Amino acid sequence: MNDMSLTREEREAKLEGMGCKRKRVEDIRFTQGKGNYVDDVKLPGMLHGDFVRSPHAHARVKSINSEKALKVPGVLAVITAETLKTVNLAWMPTLAGDVQMVLADGKVLFQNQEVAFVVATDRYAADDGVAAVEVEYEPLPVLVDPFKALDPDAPLLREDIKDKKDGAHGPRKHHNHIFEWTVGDRELTDAAFNKADVTIKEMISYHRTHPSPLETCQCVCSFDKVKSELTIWGTFQAPHVIRTVVSLIAKLPEQKIHVIAPDIGGGFGNKVGAYPGYICAAVASIVTGKPVKWVEDRIENLTATSFARDYHMTTEIAATKEGKVTGLRVHVLADHGAFDACADPSKWPAGFFNIVTGSYDFPVAYLAVDGIYTNKAPGGVAYRCSFRVTEAAYCIERAMDILAQKLDMDPAELRLKNFVKPEQFPYHSALGWEYDSGDYHTAMRKAMESVKYAELRQEQAAKREAFKRGETREIMGIGVSFFTEIVGAGPSKNCDILGIAMFDSCEIRLHPTGAGIARMGTKSQGQGHETTWAQIIATEIGIPADNIMVEEGNTDTAPYGLGTYGSRSTPVAGAAIAMAARKIKAKAQMIAAYKLEVHEDDLEWDIDGFRVKGLPEKFLGMKDISWIAYNSPPPGMEPGLEAVSYYDPPNMTYPFGAYICVMDIDVDTGVYKVRRFYALDDCGTRINPMIIEGQVHGGLTEAFAIAMGQEIHYDETGNVTTGSFMDFFVPTAVETPKWETDYTVTPSPHHPIGAKGVGESPNVGGVPCFSNAVNDAFSFLGSTHIQMPHDYWRNWKAARELGAVG
Amino acid sequence: MIPGPFDYHRPDSVADAIKLLAELGDEARPLAGGHSLIPMMKLRLATPDHLVDLAGIGALKGIVRDGDRIVIGAMITQHELLASETIASAVPILRETALLIADPQVRYRGTIGGNVANGDPGNDMPALMLTLGAEYTLEGPSGSRTVAASEFYQGAYFTAIEPGEILTSVSIPVLPAGHGYAYEKLKRKIGDYATAAAAVVLTMAGGKVATCSIGLTNLAETALLADDAAAAVIGTTLDDASLKKAAEAARAIMSPAGDGRGPPEYRKHVGGIMVERALKRAAAVAR
Amino acid sequence: MAQAKKTQVSMTVNGQPVEGLVEPRTLLIHFIRENLQLTGPHIGCETTHCGACTIDMNGMSVKSCTVFAVQAEGAEITTIEGIANPDGTLSALQEGFRMMHGLQCGFCTPGMITRAHRLLQENPNPTEDEIRFGIAGNLCRCTGYQNIVRAIQYAAAKLNGTEFKEAAE
Repeated sequence: MNDMSLTREEREAKLEGMGCKRKRVEDIRFTQGKGNYVDDVKLPGMLHGDFVRSPHAHARVKSINSEKALKVPGVLAVITAETLKTVNLAWMPTLAGDVQMVLADGKVLFQNQEVAFVVATDRYAADDGVAAVEVEYEPLPVLVDPFKALDPDAPLLREDIKDKKDGAHGPRKHHNHIFEWTVGDRELTDAAFNKADVTIKEMISYHRTHPSPLETCQCVCSFDKVKSELTIWGTFQAPHVIRTVVSLIAKLPEQKIHVIAPDIGGGFGNKVGAYPGYICAAVASIVTGKPVKWVEDRIENLTATSFARDYHMTTEIAATKEGKVTGLRVHVLADHGAFDACADPSKWPAGFFNIVTGSYDFPVAYLAVDGIYTNKAPGGVAYRCSFRVTEAAYCIERAMDILAQKLDMDPAELRLKNFVKPEQFPYHSALGWEYDSGDYHTAMRKAMESVKYAELRQEQAAKREAFKRGETREIMGIGVSFFTEIVGAGPSKNCDILGIAMFDSCEIRLHPTGAGIARMGTKSQGQGHETTWAQIIATEIGIPADNIMVEEGNTDTAPYGLGTYGSRSTPVAGAAIAMAARKIKAKAQMIAAYKLEVHEDDLEWDIDGFRVKGLPEKFLGMKDISWIAYNSPPPGMEPGLEAVSYYDPPNMTYPFGAYICVMDIDVDTGVYKVRRFYALDDCGTRINPMIIEGQVHGGLTEAFAIAMGQEIHYDETGNVTTGSFMDFFVPTAVETPKWETDYTVTPSPHHPIGAKGVGESPNVGGVPCFSNAVNDAFSFLGSTHIQMPHDYWRNWKAARELGAVG
Repeated sequence: MIPGPFDYHRPDSVADAIKLLAELGDEARPLAGGHSLIPMMKLRLATPDHLVDLAGIGALKGIVRDGDRIVIGAMITQHELLASETIASAVPILRETALLIADPQVRYRGTIGGNVANGDPGNDMPALMLTLGAEYTLEGPSGSRTVAASEFYQGAYFTAIEPGEILTSVSIPVLPAGHGYAYEKLKRKIGDYATAAAAVVLTMAGGKVATCSIGLTNLAETALLADDAAAAVIGTTLDDASLKKAAEAARAIMSPAGDGRGPPEYRKHVGGIMVERALKRAAAVAR
Repeated sequence: MAQAKKTQVSMTVNGQPVEGLVEPRTLLIHFIRENLQLTGPHIGCETTHCGACTIDMNGMSVKSCTVFAVQAEGAEITTIEGIANPDGTLSALQEGFRMMHGLQCGFCTPGMITRAHRLLQENPNPTEDEIRFGIAGNLCRCTGYQNIVRAIQYAAAKLNGTEFKEAAE
């Protein structure tokens, strides 16, 4: 690496550091089918577990008869709540401070709830056993509609806490009430509304959906009776948290639990939580003394583990007649299903929903969230977004459009008028956040120029006239959204999970030859950490990224960290990587000074080594320094070249972006066509532009799916009607629009490398953009708000209700 | 998602298959491409004790022109239909429809016999067969018989096939040169069944519709032949009023279920629109 | 429920003759993954929608979760493990997926590449629309398909000996 025949550019290029479109190291194995996912793990004597699930949404379990199942060849055991009670595991704590049944204890509270766990020699026998277990149910009244949950005569769902007046987040108002969470100044906000020129009010729903990664949730648990050690291979976005939680729940010493998250086939929030399958497989392994594998099927995944959203947001904005916003008031009815298993930092029952003031300078705001129980699956995970941030972004971005419509203003103009100004950063929002940096006006204007926004509006006006004259049956919508994300949970003063502070970590060890290994507390599920983390190190310490092996996911070897979700990896672990690298660099500088016989201050960093200031030929590269560090360190210095950093960020980071969508809708069929989608993202410093672009494409595709039809839908008896990929909308390459990406760069001032995180921004900004496009298309017919999802038939219904279809 | 146990049989002649089905009785099912049956078995909604795989029967393969008819073996896959020159030239609507079925992988396995025989109202081929005036050959213990597609469908998954019979071929009259055709299918995404679909075959003479037949997919318990709708456009230039009349006549016989594709009123509404659009496009390609 | 007899099956997988004793109900994907230990093809949906289990069977792309192993008796099968060049280097498609960032979590990738392999055999120079239509039986939750399309275009160009120009970011 110290080859002085190379130019500076060549030396720089050889590192493949930050800013480089480095090709992914993961792809060598993935393109050859050599990934190692949980279901690829096979252990000698391994058994398989499978669940008996409830067909009812709410029922008393009268009896469970395992007799026939136990006679099925290959079936070894049928575990029920009664079995689990013997080890005190019939219920488990949730991340949100509630408790959840592992297996039905007396009753079931949602369709496909886990009732019994059949353990057999292979997955075929296990399935046969499931079919043979006889369960007698007595159906109970079902509560599906969240707006009826708090009715006085609403069915009592949670008998276990019926007398509990206080939940984990304060008083409960009703037997189906979980918490009320309020933020902001109610009186000042009310006052702003009282004197407002203009107000709007709309109930904006964000329907229930599901992250549905292509690989479902699964695990292999292996208990070694001799050593009393439990090893779990699992689809875990946060392996360390799983280990700690298992230790606390199962009362096993933490060092005797080994959690390994191998390659993960997508997560999107689905794989943060702890599910009954993990507990049952662990118990089954302890009971049988053999490894037990549990693999969810797709129907189970969609209907039982970790839904997302289901927020019903009554939103009010106060403004002057010139269009300056003066107040925001939001009430959220949050449907959490049968147990509060929301995967948020523990003190935040509604996640970071208080980012709902968005990118706008609201002087006052007030937010109240009521969490309630219904007969639906538990969850409430951050599906490709930070905690409840996509709900918040949808809420404010839809509401701003509704305000623009009321004021007869262009929605982009209204946004420009109300943006937080560049000079206001760091900006303190009315609901308590400190936005680190931003330049919203530049981003919005760049987006508008790129798509020729003014021309699009002219075209739309002409098309509307043509529609009114009966010359076309197509209407055109232009969706605008401008989002501010809040990611990087988080400062330990704000964020913990069950008391575990949400820092993250990195350990770098350079070997004598100038290569090394880096381990983190994060866990990639497709984000490409093995590629990008090495790029940060390459730039920081001048070792080529190809010479750094990145390893994550094994709790025995990785430093403790909180995992990957909520776009926290780059803001938190990315910072830890830079800080660990800088510790190594500091030691390297001492070594270089000694060898070059100068004072440390006389050295300057030059791409891949240290140079004596003013003496360009006196240079010592990192490769040589690595050798020296082990074999001839300066007197008194410990050998070796490694460092660990645990990074507790001073603040969150606040990525932002401006998205514009152009859509045409055939009113006769409701069929839409996305003509154009432009996404400008500002995620601060860009580590790997290729990966950023890929993240944006993927997030937009998920946003498109959610806005246009992807839904976990329950009928009135609590049956899931969208429980497979036939009905749960996952678009193919044919339906998926083409994406145009763009960017600005506003580094985070508090992050060591200025990076903010990007993976989830496109989902946060994308959903309101699509929905605003649909709503914008219909607005001239007199509508103010049409609820998502905007699938064909609902578009047609909207057109018909607006008189556009005979 | 594991099927229940069964015994597997792979006869190499139709006669053997029929003999096996007769011997094995009610708990035996013939297996064609399996892309309807196997998913049902994985959900244990179907639990046959025996599967009689028809894949080894060479006689069920083949696309031949037999005078004024095209005869297609039941085990011809959608992919083979798409690759057939005979089909492309003589029954181009069959090609157009096959392309709209499911996805590439499913089209490699899914057969025309399976598609028409299992009586799933969501399948695309039954409506097309009604439109084309196709006949099915059924072979069973008491010999061979021919049933018109129009007599075949009796209810959802309920057809004229008697226990022990196998649908062995589909016979389609060759369409006149210059006929117009279109299959208009509205679906939520690739891989979905139709929200509503309409097949049209017509001939034009002097700018007017001379003959016409219209079939409807997934708009009732079975595929439908929309005779009144077809009658409404014969002799017309397919002016707007006639198109509307045809759509209304078609809607009058639709009785779709409400599901994730939309409520019944939506599916009927777009069903009529599919009829109008198919008529227009068919007329445009007619000579 | 009758307890079915096990059946001997034999086929050729990635050029190697293989055999095994299976229950008739054994799905081909399980035979490949469990008996043959070829874990490249994955299981994503089990309802014939996602295509993660796609293999090549007798020159056709097949979702192996919807085929019984007994139906593959005598078949010629290629899985992702058999797609690389004979010398072990990445095939044009595998290289294209890497160069164009056509994968993220990698779970759909084996099925996607195996499907694209057959698509390019049948249509060596597909348009973008033909590619999108041709891979519509394979779901990807990560990439949004745009870079998968580019990856297949890259491979087509390489196999045709023409130049692939990467679209500007």
